[in-house]
Amino acid sequence: MAAAQTQSQFFQSLKKYYTFYTGGFIAFVILVGILEQMGVPNKILGYLFLFATIGLYAGIGFMSKTADVGEYYVAGRRVPALFNGMATGADWMSAASFIGMAGTLYLSGYDGLAFVLGWTGGYCLVAILLAPYLRKFGQFTIPDFLGARFGGHLPRLIGVIAAITCSFTYVIAQIYGVGIITSRFTGLEFQVGVFVGLAGILVCSFLGGMKAVTWTQVAQYIILIIAYMIPVVWLSVKHTGVPIPQIVAYTNSLPKITALENEFNDKASPKGAKEESVRAIFRDRSAAATAKLAGLEKDGPAFLAAEKAKLVDKVNALKTAEPAADPKAIDAAEKALKAFPIDAAAAKKAWTAEKAVGARAAPLKHHAEAFAAAGKTPEEVEKNRGIAKKNFLALIACLMIGTAALPHILMRYYTTPSVKEARQSVFWGLFFIFLLYFTAPALAILVKFEVYSNLVGSSFASLPAWVSNWATVDKTLMNIADINGDGLVQLAEIVIGGDLIVLATPEIAGLPYVISGLVAAGGLAAALSTADGLLLTIANAMSHDLYYKMIDPNASTVRRLAVSKGLLLVVALVAAYVTSLKPGDILFLVGAAFSLAASGFFPALVCGVFWKRANYLGAVLGMALGLGVCAYYMYMTYPFFGVNAPKWWDIAPISAGTFGIPAGFLGIIIGSLISPAPNKEIQDLVDHVRYPNLEGDIDTKGI
Amino acid sequence: MQLTEKHKQYWNINLKISSILLVLWFIVTFVMGWFARELNDITFLGPLGFYMSAQGSLIIYVAIIWYYAHYMNNLDHEYGVHEGEED
Repeated sequence: MAAAQTQSQFFQSLKKYYTFYTGGFIAFVILVGILEQMGVPNKILGYLFLFATIGLYAGIGFMSKTADVGEYYVAGRRVPALFNGMATGADWMSAASFIGMAGTLYLSGYDGLAFVLGWTGGYCLVAILLAPYLRKFGQFTIPDFLGARFGGHLPRLIGVIAAITCSFTYVIAQIYGVGIITSRFTGLEFQVGVFVGLAGILVCSFLGGMKAVTWTQVAQYIILIIAYMIPVVWLSVKHTGVPIPQIVAYTNSLPKITALENEFNDKASPKGAKEESVRAIFRDRSAAATAKLAGLEKDGPAFLAAEKAKLVDKVNALKTAEPAADPKAIDAAEKALKAFPIDAAAAKKAWTAEKAVGARAAPLKHHAEAFAAAGKTPEEVEKNRGIAKKNFLALIACLMIGTAALPHILMRYYTTPSVKEARQSVFWGLFFIFLLYFTAPALAILVKFEVYSNLVGSSFASLPAWVSNWATVDKTLMNIADINGDGLVQLAEIVIGGDLIVLATPEIAGLPYVISGLVAAGGLAAALSTADGLLLTIANAMSHDLYYKMIDPNASTVRRLAVSKGLLLVVALVAAYVTSLKPGDILFLVGAAFSLAASGFFPALVCGVFWKRANYLGAVLGMALGLGVCAYYMYMTYPFFGVNAPKWWDIAPISAGTFGIPAGFLGIIIGSLISPAPNKEIQDLVDHVRYPNLEGDIDTKGI
Repeated sequence: MQLTEKHKQYWNINLKISSILLVLWFIVTFVMGWFARELNDITFLGPLGFYMSAQGSLIIYVAIIWYYAHYMNNLDHEYGVHEGEED
């Protein structure tokens, strides 16, 4: 990659490298497949995938090491559109997209599509409202733009705070994913898995900054897309004989699923009657728990003692019964007595959980049905449906606008050689993301069909291998029990965890273990690549914006890079430490990152380009108000914080941006109008970013 | 720097094409989302509302971005604001 190379030679050699690389990776997978046939144990194969891919990323990072500021921060601004697109794809698609998305779609049908729409449609905003203009501005970070456009240190500082807050929230979710995947496929402890993965991230970004991260992300994209596609295509061939899951899922499998759903819900049909027998048990259990909770509420510990006495009596009665009772019944009664909650608090917890099984008695909702809702009266159903619809659309809006405001994505558009290529690279980016995102809904349908048609009705004595495997590995992913004791599987007897869908697809499709290893490697690539981009964003915001621009503008290049690398290390360790504490709900963390970014950045960035009148006070007010309102609403309504204030217009806390974004725009409009228009210099800057090339243009380039 | 009439025209065309594409984006996202239940009564590759949110809208997003890049890169040349050619 000599400097004398022209851009097109560079592009050609990149194409050559990555073609060789893809071939090499496929050869590696085949080799592992051969090892598997020779009888090498699965655990060793898992380690092979883990260390080979992490070693590969580290190798690319090592080869891309650099001491040049331009290369460290923006990969030397010579990443061709196609490759920047792939890097964006890997940067973008996280563990949640790769492993979680198809599962969410399996579990929630249409309503889960908010994530599919939100995480793709946002690129229209990136392409049209931001990417070309940021590229023309062409410095190093997103706070750079805020600082230059609005002047003064405060907009930059708020930008830094917003960038760090949302990136850090998001990176926790990624490192968590890394820990889960490494521990599941190698048997390492979760905490150890976190640090092994982290080592892979660090070697790469530490040595070569954005340059190394870019070329690693391209490599990671190739692995993750191969890993996602192979099992789905295979499953599609198995079901229908056609290798295009994105079509046959809709034409072939979905109608069959709908017919089965009707059958399961119809008590008069044979399948429906069996489902009903399971559902009746759940309803009874739930009703009994509800009664016990009411008793506990009324009589307190006295009720608890009376309930316990009943169990003791039952054991005694069974033991002294004439003729002797079935030993199994005695055993069960003794077990029930042993498991009886020790105090009122434990009882409340246990019975509330038991009460919740009532949900498993509910009739199936159709996979394709939008905004399914329940309620006692038709009016209540209609009202709940309205709330579901509102939240669906609000979540899409927050995810889309958040997409167009996440600094680690916007930063990628600084790395292309020109405005023209920045525009094209948004297209390539969304195209590569689209390949995975339009496959996920099809995968969810294919797996659902497999479960409905093959698993349901099979006998507990001969469960399919993938079911018994996963049921023994992880109860939260696959929980199956013969509730009504008929020896056959009913749908209501199965509880599936969302992450199972992608992880188990190779086995469902009847593929060898090597493909499961490949899927794990793909999930790891997705999580690592996103974590890479995020950590770099955080470290750059601190080293470039805080240290270089605000604290010591005279710092030497060597010193700037040293500070940046030191911070990277510290941030990574702090993030890993926080992750190892296993904080809360991952999906909420991800959603929160989007709402925060959308409220903090989007209004200021868009107004910065499209409204010349926007000024310093407007930006400060807008960003502060946007972030403030968004954070306030989350704090007030998200159960984790314990306030549980009433919701505004029934909007869920994950979509707090619904209020933060308008507040941000309002702030910037009011603040700008009550203070003088920005000076000539800044107006010239706006013209500068609006035109890819102007005569007598000013120069804002960082390098 | 002084902007000519031509420059202003370029910016206005940019605003126009951006607005048109964003309206399209808004329709396939929010209008179709709002009427998803009604659209589900029409069958095209399964219920239409479901199909659009799972795949159709995504294809339109990719097309919107492709068209914008293509259109603007031509417009740059037409109005003489394109960047110097690499290589």
